[in-house]
Amino acid sequence: MTEGRPFGGDRSPIPDESVRLVFHTVLVLSVYLLFAGHNAPGGGFIGGLVAGAAVFLRYIAAGSAGAAVSRFRFEVLLGLGLLISSVSGVASLVGGREFLESWVLDERIGVLGQVKVTASLPFDIGVYLVVLGLTVAIVDSLGREADESERVALHPSGEEPSAP
Amino acid sequence: MILLVLLHALIAVAAPVLARVLGRRVFAWIAIAPIATLVWLGTELGQVLDGGEVVSRTEWVAGLDLDLVFRLDAFGALMVLLVSGIGVLVFAYAGFYFYDRPDLGRFAMLLCAFSGAMLGLVLADNLILLFVFWELTSVTSYLLIGFDDLKESARKAALQALLITGTGGLAMLAGLVIVGQQAGAWTISEVVANPPTEGAVMGWAVVLLLAGAFTKSAQVPFHMWLPGAMAAPTPVSAYLHSATMVKAGVYLIARFSPAFADVGLWRPLTATFGVATMIWGGYRALRQHDLKLVLAFGTISQLGFLVALFGWGTSKLLFAATAMLLAHAVFKAALFMVVGIVDHQAHSRDLGRLSGLGRRLPVVAAVAALGSLSMAGVPPLLGFVSKEAGFVGFLEAPGAWSNVVLAGVTLGSVLTAAYTLRFMWGTFGTKAAVVDPIGASVTRPSNWFVLPAAILAVVSVIAGLATGLPDELIRPAASALYGPAGEYRLHLWPGIGTPLLLSAIAVGGGLVLFFGREGITRLQDRLAVGGGADVVFHTGYAGTLRTAARITRVIQPGSLMVYVSIILVVFALVPGVIIVEHLQVPEGTVFAESPLQVTMALVVMVGAVATVLTRQRFAAVLTLGVVGYAVAMLFVVQGAPDLALTQFLIETVVLVLFLLVLRELPKRFRARTDTALKTVHVAISGAVGAVVFAIMLTSLAARTERPVGVDAAALSYPEGQGRNAVNVILADIRAFDTLGELVVITVAAVGTVALVRARRPRGSDTEPPDIERAGMRLRGEP
Repeated sequence: MTEGRPFGGDRSPIPDESVRLVFHTVLVLSVYLLFAGHNAPGGGFIGGLVAGAAVFLRYIAAGSAGAAVSRFRFEVLLGLGLLISSVSGVASLVGGREFLESWVLDERIGVLGQVKVTASLPFDIGVYLVVLGLTVAIVDSLGREADESERVALHPSGEEPSAP
Repeated sequence: MILLVLLHALIAVAAPVLARVLGRRVFAWIAIAPIATLVWLGTELGQVLDGGEVVSRTEWVAGLDLDLVFRLDAFGALMVLLVSGIGVLVFAYAGFYFYDRPDLGRFAMLLCAFSGAMLGLVLADNLILLFVFWELTSVTSYLLIGFDDLKESARKAALQALLITGTGGLAMLAGLVIVGQQAGAWTISEVVANPPTEGAVMGWAVVLLLAGAFTKSAQVPFHMWLPGAMAAPTPVSAYLHSATMVKAGVYLIARFSPAFADVGLWRPLTATFGVATMIWGGYRALRQHDLKLVLAFGTISQLGFLVALFGWGTSKLLFAATAMLLAHAVFKAALFMVVGIVDHQAHSRDLGRLSGLGRRLPVVAAVAALGSLSMAGVPPLLGFVSKEAGFVGFLEAPGAWSNVVLAGVTLGSVLTAAYTLRFMWGTFGTKAAVVDPIGASVTRPSNWFVLPAAILAVVSVIAGLATGLPDELIRPAASALYGPAGEYRLHLWPGIGTPLLLSAIAVGGGLVLFFGREGITRLQDRLAVGGGADVVFHTGYAGTLRTAARITRVIQPGSLMVYVSIILVVFALVPGVIIVEHLQVPEGTVFAESPLQVTMALVVMVGAVATVLTRQRFAAVLTLGVVGYAVAMLFVVQGAPDLALTQFLIETVVLVLFLLVLRELPKRFRARTDTALKTVHVAISGAVGAVVFAIMLTSLAARTERPVGVDAAALSYPEGQGRNAVNVILADIRAFDTLGELVVITVAAVGTVALVRARRPRGSDTEPPDIERAGMRLRGEP
């Protein structure tokens, strides 16, 4: 039954636990890459891919028995990302600039100290979300839903397969 | 003027919402648009009839001479009067014609949108703008004909109408472009003032223009869509398919006839098609049993008459044609409304079943009688007066051919009188032969329902009796086409002479044909030739689809191997041939800069070869991954951390993606035993590899400009305030591109999900509840 289903089969405690340990760390790394990307290697695209990899990890560990891999549906991630990027472009117009023209915010903000934000940060956040949305979409459609339809096909009465 | 057109669009958009609240009363509200137009026309009418014009110009695409130029002259005023005046009456009529139904809002929307498109068409002065509105009327007409979208016949009729008028419209566009280029001006007024008449290309241009006009105005043999269009609700037939839209072709001919009547085949074509259509339409009308179809073929016949009149292009005939245009719109709209009333009350339009209706519905019968007398050309109605003017025009036109046309037009008028009698007899007559007649149980319609038709019928009478009134409108309108139209007048009593004799022949011949109708029916049965043009259309249509399917089967065999082979062979051949000629090795090329590069290159090679050799899909994916990671290492060696990071991550994502897809596929590749095929594949692969290598090498040597990367990296900090040049380029310098790519990613993701879900059979009751719950969470639940 597991033939041709590299992610199927029974749950195993080892990937389960290790992914639980790693998952949030990877997410934090992805956010770091997103913010650091302006001056160091990284950026929205790379950050989004790393976050996507975390989602993959979770899916692989949970396997076909897993619940939804992400708290958010991919449509929301994609839409939100696109929205943020577009709005950041439109926001440039407010200051009398061209669409997507860059601006810099270099202020001292409370406990954060001196903070320097450029136009590309909100834009990059949008990129991050879109890329993450893409990976969630892939896992959702090719992974989780495929597992479910297989389960349904094997147990057409709708019963859950008996626990191992 | 542009505001009036926009007002129509705005009200059309609001119509569905209004209809939900108001029901049938929505028609009173959408009538605001044409009423506003009429009020505006009233304020401008005085100066326009004195020969003035109103022009409004809004710049649209300056480089293409594409300005939104609207122009109101006296002829336009007449057309606006028809479009909006009859529009108001039809809207009022529709309010009584329909029962409350849920899709009423859609109908009101389409009717109002059409009204706006038609208004734009008759006001547009720019050639391209004319075309835009022309197509808009085609589209709204398509939606209105197919309004009963559950009926296959309605959908087919709508498609046929759209295909025929759309094809004609494209031909017309080509004609308009030629005319515009030859004239060097893109407004109708400028073209007509200084018409380009020389050269063979203008000969083609007029033929193309006429193709558009003939299809739109249902000239034989493009007429078959008009009877089909009767599938639309009757208010649509009364408005679009008799009074306004089908006049668009006539309108085009009217506008250009003064300029192009002597160019190329303009006059022979309009005369031949016009007369043939007039006779054929009348002849076919005598065969019909559906009252709406009697009128539809009658309309075709009358449109032929108008085309012949306008197409000839002399000032006297333009004057007569303008009068006839007005007369026809008025009486034909009234008659269609009558058919709608009869259909509404008796639930039948079959003249073989209706009997004794005249006694039950005397008012309706009286209205129909007035309209019919005008249509048949009986004094003292407007139809008679205009037809007389037409006869006079052809009599006075120079050349022998005008007499031939006159003879044809007279024959057409005989048929017109005959089918008019058939219509009246069929609708209201008491027929002894009818078994199980409908009529005794018919109830009277409300007076309001009859009022719009009655108004039009009364207009026909008044305009005929007091010819001075229409003269005031028609003379300036004709003058606007051709310059001052002289002393032409409409005459109620033309005096004894040839024109009156011709009218007498028309009416008398009509009576003879009507009373000898059984003989005519037998004759027509003997001459009947299948479906004629309709069959040709449907054969051609089916043939086109079959040919398209055949071509698709050839170029889309559905084999991935064939597709990929074709793409790769083209890639190897086209740039390959060029690269062989221009192959260059850049100066200072070294074998390798570091031992690590050599190692990584070896890893890439080994991975590639292993991918090809393995039989297991899983193994192939892994070895392909090896290739990707090794390339990423090469980027690291080159000092491009961002690129390397991206490559690593993409490689990982692709690997997982592959694995997800793999479980839908067999574990192993099919073993290929065909050695010849293998050889071909190896040859293609080798060629592609060689070409890529050659291109890489040559493009490195072919640089003539400074690399753009140098500037971008230098601009990175001053422009984008960032030290990571790659990121600044992506998120700032070329952020617009990136935004486009985000859209592409989004579309691709949504498309992938849709595709995957579509090919997966899903049991509706076994659908796991997870997805719903995931959706709920979005709305703020934990």
